[in-house]
Amino acid sequence: MIRFDNTTKRYSEGHEALSSISFDLNEGEMSFLTGHSGAGKSTLLKLIACIERPTRGQVVVNGVNISKLRKSKIPYLRRNIGIIFQNHQLLFDRTVFDNIALPLVIQGLPHREIGRRVRAALDKVNLLGKEKLYPVTLSGGEQQRVGIARAVVHKPPIILADEPTGNLDPELSAEIMHLFEQFNQVGVCILIASHDIDLLNKMNKRIITLQQGKIIYDGHEMAPKSYHNHENIQ
Amino acid sequence: MKTSNKSVNQEAKNSFSIKGYFLRHIQVCLASLGRICRSPVSSLMTIAVIAISLALPAGMHVLIKNIEYVTSGWDGAAQISLFIKKGTTEEKVVNLKNQIELMGQIDKTEYISPTSALEEFKRLSGFGQALDALDKNPLPAVIVISPGIEASSPQQLNQLVESLQDNPIVDHAQLDMQWVKRLYSIMDIINRGVMIVGALLALAVILITGNTIRLDIQNRHDEILITKLIGATNSFIRRPFLYTGILYGLLGGIIASVLIGLSIGLLSDSVSKLSSLYSSGFELKGLGVDGTFTLIAGSTALGFAGSWVAVGKHLGKIEPS
Repeated sequence: MIRFDNTTKRYSEGHEALSSISFDLNEGEMSFLTGHSGAGKSTLLKLIACIERPTRGQVVVNGVNISKLRKSKIPYLRRNIGIIFQNHQLLFDRTVFDNIALPLVIQGLPHREIGRRVRAALDKVNLLGKEKLYPVTLSGGEQQRVGIARAVVHKPPIILADEPTGNLDPELSAEIMHLFEQFNQVGVCILIASHDIDLLNKMNKRIITLQQGKIIYDGHEMAPKSYHNHENIQ
Repeated sequence: MKTSNKSVNQEAKNSFSIKGYFLRHIQVCLASLGRICRSPVSSLMTIAVIAISLALPAGMHVLIKNIEYVTSGWDGAAQISLFIKKGTTEEKVVNLKNQIELMGQIDKTEYISPTSALEEFKRLSGFGQALDALDKNPLPAVIVISPGIEASSPQQLNQLVESLQDNPIVDHAQLDMQWVKRLYSIMDIINRGVMIVGALLALAVILITGNTIRLDIQNRHDEILITKLIGATNSFIRRPFLYTGILYGLLGGIIASVLIGLSIGLLSDSVSKLSSLYSSGFELKGLGVDGTFTLIAGSTALGFAGSWVAVGKHLGKIEPS
């Protein structure tokens, strides 16, 4: 589903954010991306969503080579990806319903179909009955769930989440992770960037650890000790 | 890999259906209208500026049209004097006069014989005694022609003069139209002036809409970023801004026509009083259906142009990073 092949990303100011990264994420695979801030997590996610292009090597998403993708085709690639942001990125002048409906409106779905799908997504994140409210009136956890509903409403085969539990307490975080597991069970490929080590270790999923733009660990065991130490020093 | 790149292309095509396309355009148009209505004060100010900028040149145009209409009646006052060759018999001259009357485009003709011309000259010049000393009448016979309204433009008059000049018994045909020429050239200058002012104000309308749309784009910066991340195409993002510009132009054009209509309503009473003093049936004319349609269509086009410029300049810069 997602393949990095010797991918290097160097920013114009010379900083190398990713150096020769290679890994594969299969269809229906759920994995975590971890590492301290500045390790290249965000850059990696940006390459998948084609917000940045690789300097060298290849990134293939859902069979599409990012480096060769024409600019006018980027929107259609992004429709295959549901992106969840740490700060939710909701539109505060629109209701919960309108926020979640946005990906469907962009794709030009008929009105009735939009209503049906939005309510299904609201049901999944347990927010039925709040569709007419504005995001400001919701709690942080609820806002994040609106963000998740928006990311999954058009049933993308890939979900990317950038620190989705960053501002939430452990209980809410566990709830959100449980949601992701549910999506994963229906075959969605999920990649979650997080530095919440305790939470990752509880999930027992594949963990990819980045350090200074390189993969230093890729496996299903607990996050490596060296990374813990690094985090503790900071 | 290649086949999958095709699948993205295929998806691009699938999301396009003609009925859905028009439906989406109507939705976006209504949404833009809703957005304009939600901030009535600032929207009204923008629309009013557009309306006034357009009403000014359009109103001047209407005024000129009215002046042209009034003065078109005056062009008949141009006269052509035909000086007949010496020694032509009176019979031939009267024949020519009758021929000219049959030509059409002629309002009336008048024959002044050498004798009556001399008498008139004696009476008006005060050289009576001196002229008596002449043994021969030096004045030629003259036919004075007043062309009809159909032949009132300078080109038509000149043509008429040339054709009369060709007649063998005519010594010289003189068009007395200096003042008509002057009037026309003054009108021409005013017309050009209005066109220049109109062009400048049309540019102003483009700038006003462009600037309003630019501010709109800035205010919705985050929204644009988010929709781009979710997979919105550039045309999807562009559409509401273009419709906002079109609506500003359309509403501005409608208000401009209303402003012109009101001004003409205010003026028409005093104008008809004045024209009745000149015992003329002249009445102020408004834009008319054609003029109103042109004004509103032009204004809409200007609004579209303004938003197009703003969108082209500012929307591309907003990319997620």
